[in-house]
Amino acid sequence: MNNIFVVFKKQIKDTFTNKSVLLQVILYPVMTLIMENLIRTEGIPDHFYTKMFSAMYVGMTPLISMASIIAEEKEKNTLRVLMMSNVKPWQYLTGIGLYVWMIFMIGAGMMSITLNPANIPFYLLVMGLGAIVSIAAGACVGINGKNQMSATSQGTVIMLLLSFLPMLGMFNDGFAKAARFVYTQHVRELLDEMSFSALKLDGAIIVAVNALLAVTLFIIAYRKKGLE
Amino acid sequence: MIQCNGITKSYTDKKVLSGISFDIPDGQIFGLLGPSGAGKTTLIKILTGQLTFDEGSAMILQKNVKHLSGSDRKKIGIMMDQFGVYERLSCYDNLKVFADIYSVPKSRIMETLKLVGLEDSARKPASSLSKGMLVRLQLARVFMISPDVIFLDEPTTGLDPMTQKQIHRIILDKKKHGCTIFLTTHNMEEAAKLCDTVALLNEGVIVDSGAPDEICRRFNHQKKIVLHLKSGDDVELPHSKESAEKISKLLEEESVEAIHSSEPTLETVFLELTGRKLEEDN
Repeated sequence: MNNIFVVFKKQIKDTFTNKSVLLQVILYPVMTLIMENLIRTEGIPDHFYTKMFSAMYVGMTPLISMASIIAEEKEKNTLRVLMMSNVKPWQYLTGIGLYVWMIFMIGAGMMSITLNPANIPFYLLVMGLGAIVSIAAGACVGINGKNQMSATSQGTVIMLLLSFLPMLGMFNDGFAKAARFVYTQHVRELLDEMSFSALKLDGAIIVAVNALLAVTLFIIAYRKKGLE
Repeated sequence: MIQCNGITKSYTDKKVLSGISFDIPDGQIFGLLGPSGAGKTTLIKILTGQLTFDEGSAMILQKNVKHLSGSDRKKIGIMMDQFGVYERLSCYDNLKVFADIYSVPKSRIMETLKLVGLEDSARKPASSLSKGMLVRLQLARVFMISPDVIFLDEPTTGLDPMTQKQIHRIILDKKKHGCTIFLTTHNMEEAAKLCDTVALLNEGVIVDSGAPDEICRRFNHQKKIVLHLKSGDDVELPHSKESAEKISKLLEEESVEAIHSSEPTLETVFLELTGRKLEEDN
């Protein structure tokens, strides 16, 4: 438990100097606040930008943050030093995962300001659960990448798929059909309705399969490459 | 303290270590000398439980290296050849991470930074440190936990002579405090200066081992005396009665500038044994 907290604390200290992670976390909440408050377009539903950016945020930030942190630690050899210092791989991954989840939720909290206060708990619950799937996918990418550059390039492909498919699906039927197979689309649908009743059986199965796939790929990558 | 018995390690079809055996008593500095690719880092990884091996046995702190517990690991300090520091964190915060892991009191962080001469850089980010300072920061991380056994993988490679001297002083100071130190290097002067015992490793095989002086004496086949004359010429003479008479005559004539014996160095011994230079790959 102590080691999880040490890794978490180390990462918190690093946040204020790690511009790339900081930018990832701040970008969408700031964009949401700007768009919701400054841009008024006739015919656009309430909280349109919050819901659209939330689906992108959940598919992008936890994944890329998790992947880049792990890949950087591998590249700079700090991960090896931690492993030699009695920190178990699961403790490290839990510490980093908790950190990414926490900073993501701070961003989600900022985005939720624009919503009806009664919907905020539901919004945060959906965002928090979606982020867990993205964190598992990010850990998988981070473990698989040899260094930051390869992790970022692998992560970008998955991130674009997860983040942009739901948005493109709003404007194109073809993309909408493809988007049904990614969990971020169902996150967006839940946020549209602000109720679990929006989640149909097939949607729930797809989210479960996505989560299972992320965890399975993570286990395969970890067994194959470990944290070395 | 560290015992190695017939360690063999292969990667696919390449044997990187073959029948490595040695015994390092408590409080000694043991130097493993060899050129790049000889298998030095692989052996450190095996002895610290980071890597498995195919044959043989290795004990550290009276424990099999395959079964080192968390509390055993707290008695082992490891400094590998890559830095492994958090570049954006300060020197203090870098050490704080490991102080928290090992439950070391915070006061020890500044004490250790002082020991390695980094107290003035405590608040500087590691990214702003020179290579020598980064090595000292790594040493601080190792020393902070007060280990009984320390592994140092080429701690002075690429450093200037002044920084090398500082690091040698710190290593010798740790020895005085009873630490057993396992050091790899391809710098034979460093090994001769610091180590009680050395082993010469070439292509995964220990070709010779013993005290540095003892090894050099053993290979002193052509016992020679070198006279540097005032005329600028050098004269090499074998150990013999005739040479003694000649030296005596030259001394009487006051034509001798300096007299040297010419024992082999670890470098020349290594060259004689393997046909390779210790630093040829670097």
